[in-house]
Amino acid sequence: MIDVRSLIAWRKLQDRIFSAVGIICTTIGLIALAALLIKLLVDGGPYLSFHFLTSRPSEIFPQKSGISTAIVGTLAVIVVTFLAAVPLGVSTAVYLEEYARKNWFTDLIEINISNLAGVPSITYGLLGYWFFCYLLGFKAVVFVGGLTLAVLVLPIIIVTTREALRTIPGGIKEAAYASGATKWQVIRYHLIPYSLGGILTGTIIAMSRALGETAPLLAIGVGTMLELPPSPIQSSPPFLSFQWLNYPFTVLPMLMFLQTDSPDPILQKKAAAIGLVLIVLTLTLNTVAIVIRYRIRKRIKW
Amino acid sequence: MPQPAIEPVRASHTRAGKVAAAREDAPVGDRPLKAEVKGVNFFYGAKQALKNINLPIPERTVTALIGPSGCGKSTLLRCFNRMHDLYPNNRYEGEILLHPTQVNILSPSVDPMEMRLRTGMVFQKPNPFPKSIFENVAYGLRLRFVKDREVLAERVEAALVAAALWGEVKDRLHQSAFNLSGGQQQRLCVARALATDPELLLLDEPTSALDPIATSKIEDMVFTLKETVTILIVTHNMEQAARMADYTGFMYLGELIERGPTAQMFQRPKNELTEKYLTGSFG
Repeated sequence: MIDVRSLIAWRKLQDRIFSAVGIICTTIGLIALAALLIKLLVDGGPYLSFHFLTSRPSEIFPQKSGISTAIVGTLAVIVVTFLAAVPLGVSTAVYLEEYARKNWFTDLIEINISNLAGVPSITYGLLGYWFFCYLLGFKAVVFVGGLTLAVLVLPIIIVTTREALRTIPGGIKEAAYASGATKWQVIRYHLIPYSLGGILTGTIIAMSRALGETAPLLAIGVGTMLELPPSPIQSSPPFLSFQWLNYPFTVLPMLMFLQTDSPDPILQKKAAAIGLVLIVLTLTLNTVAIVIRYRIRKRIKW
Repeated sequence: MPQPAIEPVRASHTRAGKVAAAREDAPVGDRPLKAEVKGVNFFYGAKQALKNINLPIPERTVTALIGPSGCGKSTLLRCFNRMHDLYPNNRYEGEILLHPTQVNILSPSVDPMEMRLRTGMVFQKPNPFPKSIFENVAYGLRLRFVKDREVLAERVEAALVAAALWGEVKDRLHQSAFNLSGGQQQRLCVARALATDPELLLLDEPTSALDPIATSKIEDMVFTLKETVTILIVTHNMEQAARMADYTGFMYLGELIERGPTAQMFQRPKNELTEKYLTGSFG
């Protein structure tokens, strides 16, 4: 006869062992994260100041060195990436979901798009370098960096947009078509508005990815930049200038990467401060994405 | 010992048969045709879903299509507004003539959009847009570029009145349609279909997702509507067909087995298959 009690005791022990293992594993992850944050805070925290955010990098006066050009550069590059990647990505997704006939060719495109999201980012850097710098003769300027990153995040936007489009019930589309809507009207007045939450979330996640990328920019030859680009708004007509697009730049992760290599101990510590700024930026963007998703999901429940 | 002969159940003894017999409204007389299905075959890829369908549809009447699942009744309904064109590899043969213009709905030269603008459709599951009640009903009008606010308001009200929903929603026209109950949502979908004065109203099992009260509201509404619109309804519910339809068609395996005035169909069907289906021997 089976000893039920010892059987139960053994099973309960198994349960306890597994929960202990689970707790240990979780703790390891959390400790690593905490250690990273603490290290960054200890090293970089003291250097975080308004002055640090608003002054230019300097290797000669490490004490006064700041990150203003990297902040402006990051912003400028993200704007270019956004403007290039969102229309391209959303249109591609809509085309693939709504227009493209299903055949082996579109299947091939589908598989490749998913795979592209997993290609090492430096590959995109090489592509950008080859196309913009080698073939077209541009330097590592804002629009080159922005477009390179746009290609990098394109798959993310395409995939998230397609997923958002697929959550729209077929019945809604049929209702619109049955009312006499054209394909474009269905896309314009139904599919895009109803999937906006998903599209926005994907876009923000793509931007926060682009924000932290260093490798592709390294490949196209971005370095430290001590000067701010010319302002897009001018005091004299025509008041708008696009010179900044064709201006060298640096971005936060690049500056951080270069300063960790610096012989100067202060600059090394300031690299940690840049890390903190980056973490705050990415966390903020991701939080915004979550809030948008939550609010839109609450508004439209299928 | 000889088995006692079991008296077969007759169609007229079924509940639907009794319902059809108890109808108080006079049968519709001869009406000119609104549409005429002539020799229609339909294929989903290689699979033939409709086989040589011939069906006259007199104007301002309700024609019900009944039959077991998969018999092709929804497929036939969706030919009228060319919904099959939305999906690849579908193929039509034959004609559906729309009177009095004699346009062949299925002709490749006819734009599916045209048929959808001239017909209204209500689906099995209520499918309002995630917009306000007003915008849902105004949708078809906006597609036709009606911009005048007064005209819009007027037509929306008229459609909601016709769909027997006005009283329940007139104070909250600008709230989301998703706040309505299932039955209200379905009547909203009817209003959406009616707002553009369709020549033909296609109802694809409109009450199958609704409770009995909401169902009877929809049925009452159809009764009033048929004075102005020609209605084609697909239903699983035979009593519903017996209550509402002027003509009923029975479909089986892609064929229209029999079509006739509802009272006759439910009490004295001519075809043995129809009799069997109505008495529940199969299906």
